[in-house]
Amino acid sequence: MLIAAPRPETWIRTTSAGLYCEPGDFHIDPQAPVARAVITHGHGDHARSGNEGVLATPATLAIMRQRYGEAAGGVLQPLAYGKSLTVGDVAVRLLPAGHVLGSAQVVLDYRGSRVIVSGDYKRRPDPTCAPFEPCNSDLFITEATFGLPVFRHPPDRQEIDKLLHSLALFPDRCHVVGVYALGKCQRVLALLRRAGYEEPVYLHGALIGLTELYESLGVALGPVLPLADLSRDALRGRIVLAPPAATTDRWSRRLPDPVVAMASGWMRVRQRAKARGIELPLVISDHADWDELTATIEEVAAAEIWVTHGREEALVHYARQKGYRAGALALTGFEEDE
Amino acid sequence: MNRFAALLDALLFTPSRNGKLRLMQEYFAATPDPERGWALAALTGELVFDAAKPNQVRALAAARVDPDLLGWSYDFVGDLAETVSLIWPETARAGGHVPSLAEIVEQLKATSRNDVGSLLEPWLDALDATGRWALLKLVTRELRIGVSARLAKTALAEWSGVELDRIEEIWHGLAPPYQALFDWLEGRRPAPEIGNLPTFCPLMLAQPIEGSDLDGLDPHDYLAEWKWDGIRVQLVARGGDRRLYSRSGDDIGTAFPEICAAMPAEVTLDGELLVLRGGEVAPFNDLQQRLNRKTPTAKLRRDYPAAVRLYDILREGPEDLRGLSLAERRRRLEAWYAREPRPALDLSPLVPFASWQELRELRDGARERGIEGLMLKRADSLYVAGRPKGPWFKWKRGALTLDTVLMYAQRGHGKRSSFYSDYTFGAWHGAELVPVGKAYSGFTDQELQRLDRWIRNNTVQRYGPVREVAPQIVLEIAFDSVHRSTRHKSGVAMRFPRVHRVRWDKPVGEADTLETLEQLLT
Repeated sequence: MLIAAPRPETWIRTTSAGLYCEPGDFHIDPQAPVARAVITHGHGDHARSGNEGVLATPATLAIMRQRYGEAAGGVLQPLAYGKSLTVGDVAVRLLPAGHVLGSAQVVLDYRGSRVIVSGDYKRRPDPTCAPFEPCNSDLFITEATFGLPVFRHPPDRQEIDKLLHSLALFPDRCHVVGVYALGKCQRVLALLRRAGYEEPVYLHGALIGLTELYESLGVALGPVLPLADLSRDALRGRIVLAPPAATTDRWSRRLPDPVVAMASGWMRVRQRAKARGIELPLVISDHADWDELTATIEEVAAAEIWVTHGREEALVHYARQKGYRAGALALTGFEEDE
Repeated sequence: MNRFAALLDALLFTPSRNGKLRLMQEYFAATPDPERGWALAALTGELVFDAAKPNQVRALAAARVDPDLLGWSYDFVGDLAETVSLIWPETARAGGHVPSLAEIVEQLKATSRNDVGSLLEPWLDALDATGRWALLKLVTRELRIGVSARLAKTALAEWSGVELDRIEEIWHGLAPPYQALFDWLEGRRPAPEIGNLPTFCPLMLAQPIEGSDLDGLDPHDYLAEWKWDGIRVQLVARGGDRRLYSRSGDDIGTAFPEICAAMPAEVTLDGELLVLRGGEVAPFNDLQQRLNRKTPTAKLRRDYPAAVRLYDILREGPEDLRGLSLAERRRRLEAWYAREPRPALDLSPLVPFASWQELRELRDGARERGIEGLMLKRADSLYVAGRPKGPWFKWKRGALTLDTVLMYAQRGHGKRSSFYSDYTFGAWHGAELVPVGKAYSGFTDQELQRLDRWIRNNTVQRYGPVREVAPQIVLEIAFDSVHRSTRHKSGVAMRFPRVHRVRWDKPVGEADTLETLEQLLT
């Protein structure tokens, strides 16, 4: 006898801790400690500390151990990309999401019904992580950080060239680029190397640990040095990477007449860049832009789309116009920062 | 156009003057004619064409993009030109002819407002996002990138090595795209002959002086005038044309038609633009009403009648008088005015004095309407452009001060981006503090560091980039005057407020009240 596959909403739902898979009895990227968690990637708003059991890619587990030490979780269980693991009544697979090193989409199969939780993702090539692997499903739960058609990230090379051009124009100034510690920092380093920049890049202390971890996991990033040992004058004409908040705050006073840059998809909107006091906005994002989001929806060809963390309404509107069943999934706790 | 757009974009984000100068110099060096000439015209506000209306721009986007998506995007971005530039589909871009700024300007000049939309569409298809933004800002005349005409000319001067004053002198005899100017600046040809045109003479400016600095100077060497609280202007009538130039060399004649109408022929005069009622100088705020309008209504002209109080003559007929002494120019000015009295023009009188002490008393007594202090000019001074050391001094009357309470702080820009350097201060109104102004200057670097530390440790609330602090610090604010304002909650606004002293010692309960400030209204 043929039994119809269960509808996704009968086995995937939200609890106060976040997205929950009932037949597997685990949460995905829970916002509060739970017994069993599947983690898509190592950013702090997705990978929180204190879960009892954690399932993630080996790189994501390494990142969590680096960040949280013992608090990373009770039992850390690695699952390589593409391998399947049965959890309760559910088969779990992780596929590359192209967001940062180790980032994964979570593919869940239950009685003939397939749900994919995208986590955060992007579609353009990134030398520091495996590319997004599209896969079909019945329900695709997509992020929508840049879910408005004004967000169209230009080619990375164009933005890196902007930085190098500014460095040539102001050789007596230090260029400090605001980057997130996980992913963006290493990606900007890798992009600089690809553009032929071979000078040492100087790092704020908060970026050193994860950069070393990337190197140890086989991502070559060229010469990087801690900023701490350098005199003010030695930093003229140099590129310094630092967490965004540091670039315009007290820490930055040690830099000689810095050009303050920031690498983020939000830099696309001038007022956002101006309001943060950014002099050189670089539109480099680890999230899908509007074109990537809409192309992905078309490509994965899921019958149903749920849109979460970001500007849900516009992407839901778009998906419905294209004939998909689509809705917004309200999940709290995720940050707008990338 | 994409190259010019990238320049505008970089200028918008670069806070420092030197940074902006370097960006413009690089552009002028790397860009061919006539492209850079049109760019110069755009930077100096000399482009003339029919502006597109915002709803034309919106209609173009609405024809290409889902209206709901456009609406949400506009809500998020908050600026129409930017929204349209970002949301414009790029599918058609590949292969389209990317227009130069020169092509764009030439076609805009030949097109009436109603047809601008059809011109824009193919350009928007061909340009990149920054190019689209710059184009839309340009055609809607909303290009605000923090560059004055003066700064653009300064960049030309530094790039070419030609003195800024030489560029200023001929500037108003030139027209976009300035081929003759660039030929001269790059040494291919001599300076352009501008003939009998009403060009701007770069101004001679005064240095500030304190009373104690006067003691080494001989009072007999100097002539004194009142320092009027208006704006410095130059009246130029030449070859049948009449111009009213602001201090920076911008022609503001259309805003003051009564001055242009009163201007006699063939003369260049230096004076102060004021609102005068029956010979009485009105507060600066009244003049501000006129300065805010590009073309005044009849009512505005009636309510705020403008006039120029003259103090120098630079040219009479064909004769350049700048090489004569001030005493001689003053005789020429008085003789000319006796022959050619005009409505809306009068003479700024000399203030006779025998000693610095006598002058000091005159200045201390001068807290009346429209007098900001005194000007002291050496009688033998020639008219030299710029701010030479020694011949001319401005001796401002003592500032007013008020003890206020620091309420909010915000981080500054550029070099000060890590410091809380912008302060909102308040005065007591009953038991409540009412914000009465903002100050960004007047403190030393040491004081700034101490204030910054104090603010971080005493923040009670954060509103985005703004910190509200505990009301515990008294700032003694110096300011030149105070006037009524509907824009401020307190109903008053100060002119040139700056931090005079940080009164770490003073209890906030002893700070001044709003009522005290109101008593100082001019």
